[in-house]
Amino acid sequence: MSLEPLDLAALDVTQEARRQVEICNACRYCEGFCAVFPAITKQRMFADGDITQLANLCHNCQGCYYACQYTAPHEFNLNLPGILAEVRQDSWDRFAWPGAFAGAFQRSGVAIGAALVAGFAVIFAALVALRPASGEGFYAYLSHGGMVAIFTPAFLGPLLVIGIGLRRYWAEVGGAQVRFAHVTAALKAAAVMRNLDGGQGQGCNFEDGDRFTNKRRYAHQLVMYGFLLCFAATSSGTVMHYALGMEAPYGLLSLPKLLGLPGGVMLSVGAVWLMALKLRAERALGSASAWGGEMAFVALLGLTGFTGLLLWAVTGTALVGPLLAIHLGAVLAFFLTTPYSKMVHGFYRLAALVRDAQTNAKGA
Amino acid sequence: MTEWDVVVVGGGNAALCAAIEAAEAGASVIILEGAPKDYRGGNSRHTRNFRCMHKGPLSVLTDIYEEPEYYDDLLRVTKGDTDEHLARLAIRTSESCLPWMERQGVRFQPSLSGTLSLSRTNAFFLGGGKALVNAYYNRIADLGVTVVYEAQVTHVDIEDGIFAGVDCTVAGQPSRFEGRAVVLASGGFQADLDWLARAWGPAARNFLIRGTPYNKGVVLKDMLDQGAESVGDPTQCHAVAIDGRAPKFDGGIVTRLDCVPFSVVVNRHGKRFYDEGEDVWPKRYAIWGRLVAAQPDQVAYSIIDSQSINAFMPSVFPPMQADTIEGLGQLLGISGTELKTTVEAFNAACRPGTFHGNELDGLATEELEPAKTNWARPLNQPPYYGYELRPGVTFTYLGLKVDDTARVTGAGGRMPNVWAAGEIMAGSILGQGYLAGFGMTIGTVFGRIAGREAAKYVA
Repeated sequence: MSLEPLDLAALDVTQEARRQVEICNACRYCEGFCAVFPAITKQRMFADGDITQLANLCHNCQGCYYACQYTAPHEFNLNLPGILAEVRQDSWDRFAWPGAFAGAFQRSGVAIGAALVAGFAVIFAALVALRPASGEGFYAYLSHGGMVAIFTPAFLGPLLVIGIGLRRYWAEVGGAQVRFAHVTAALKAAAVMRNLDGGQGQGCNFEDGDRFTNKRRYAHQLVMYGFLLCFAATSSGTVMHYALGMEAPYGLLSLPKLLGLPGGVMLSVGAVWLMALKLRAERALGSASAWGGEMAFVALLGLTGFTGLLLWAVTGTALVGPLLAIHLGAVLAFFLTTPYSKMVHGFYRLAALVRDAQTNAKGA
Repeated sequence: MTEWDVVVVGGGNAALCAAIEAAEAGASVIILEGAPKDYRGGNSRHTRNFRCMHKGPLSVLTDIYEEPEYYDDLLRVTKGDTDEHLARLAIRTSESCLPWMERQGVRFQPSLSGTLSLSRTNAFFLGGGKALVNAYYNRIADLGVTVVYEAQVTHVDIEDGIFAGVDCTVAGQPSRFEGRAVVLASGGFQADLDWLARAWGPAARNFLIRGTPYNKGVVLKDMLDQGAESVGDPTQCHAVAIDGRAPKFDGGIVTRLDCVPFSVVVNRHGKRFYDEGEDVWPKRYAIWGRLVAAQPDQVAYSIIDSQSINAFMPSVFPPMQADTIEGLGQLLGISGTELKTTVEAFNAACRPGTFHGNELDGLATEELEPAKTNWARPLNQPPYYGYELRPGVTFTYLGLKVDDTARVTGAGGRMPNVWAAGEIMAGSILGQGYLAGFGMTIGTVFGRIAGREAAKYVA
């Protein structure tokens, strides 16, 4: 792997984060909020990789900001959630491959919109070019073979790219060999969003100033579990198609529908809720430069869920064709931008939780 | 003009507790906070825990901590300079305060790393004192209490011994608030450097103030001028040795330096002046403020070598670092030769033995004046590190005399409708010295009493 050219702007945010983290380490009042502060207290000196790890471990609950006696106008001018969000964004840019795409979709809602339009165009073109002579349900519009030809590379390619990024992350933070216990600890923390619960279940500070609420945590869980259900629905369909020879369309009581319908509802509702909360939040406590990209990403995610539901609702009508194009276009845009959009946060956050479990195990 | 039932002067812990109690009892309450919203909460925003009596495990507190032990701890630090009746009232009431605080939205956490010695006696606030202050401000907002920020009270208007209203400036504009009762909870005078200089001498101008710049003692002085009875030594303040590079005000917790016991401390002439290893640091750190204040230019330098650099809590500013003692002296702006002579004499007086950083190890110097009686390990492992020390003032002792209903005593006896709580009256109980987390106990106990009594008066 060749060395990336030095990014001076990236060095500056890391240096600023280090200044703030060193002040936190001399204070330690926030130890009870989340995993970031116990991780800070284990060290006295912070290498760049340590700052990257802390930044990706931070879930941006903002509890430390509102509890901090050193926020502006104090001369120490602490805004730990804000600076860690910037370091986090920078680290994803740095780890992204190929570098030319780095940051394109994370920071720009317009780029996500453009990707969506491109996704629509590709699917419309496929519908026109690959329209099958016969077929049932969706396959009357786009053959199963056509869908597989488009979506297999669109799904596996980004996963491979994310794998490259995760390897770079792991090298930078000095990760050790991963054990099963580290992964289960990380998954447990993610499953309940422990680092957004404020340390005692009161939730985070986000949409209501210094008051704690669990709204963001619950909205995020709706989106996350909704997404996973939709993903499971598609996977179960794939298994039924190839392993069991059962072809779509599936009935209401089939596995793909039982998983997909609630998943689609959760994804749609959760995404709208997250966006509504984000509109009320303090932008300076997140990555202000990524606000547009993040908002567009949540919208795209919600759109995939909602158009999937609509598609089911219009079964048998003339609307299936256009809606199929819109739905599959959104899904395509979502998959292809994944390594360069806010979606990567899930992968890096999980990696950070695994790394945190490793250092906790070492300390025990 | 609106007449409020209860006017609360100040916006820290004691003021907020008083406001909550009074509002819960149905009184109309206004809080006049001198600071802007960003700096609200007085010194409470810098605190981290609450010393609490408990007869069994309580919330985050382990084991037991009962009245006799708590009172003994207080006697030890105050050397008897306390009002036993009020002190025991504060101690006894603290136990019921903790669940009350939780009900108001305050959250506690087990003692922080590096503070294990306090896990039995002190309940730590999740996120620290500012989080507690935020919780209380949210609570009073829900109770419909009015808060005015940047409201600096200049005069408490007392007519024929009866409180009538306060004169103040709000964001610089003169204003007046009238009320049927007043709770004075506006802190001490430690941020008024002129007052400190009058009390302590000109050296006080070199002191750093660890807490809020808004505690200038204007209300305290106004009350004393009107004949209110005082308690506490007017010339004394509580000061500790902190990082000399700390901000003039509001440096708070991070400016503390815990390296003294492992170091050689010299003044600006490069001379030692006190036993750095007298006792474990938590028991000794409070005297170092005065020790440094007594040195030329109120400055001292704590010197360690690489053996000790990781033996104490990280400092907020990195230490000065050099490969020779002489070079370190020059970096610190003192005579390198003098420092070298002092360290060489110290090193020669060290004796073989085993160093134990966490306990009194008896590793003492021989034939050295002043001796270092524990942790005396030669400074001979470069690089060498140095920290500048200056006195950091935490609070002042002079306050208003109150009775066990928190009522202030004036020239004509107890005032019927004037109460005081928090730092402005803490000198009654903490006459000298310092006991971790006890300031918050006094503020909470007497703030609540004052709020309840004031509400009862106006009911």
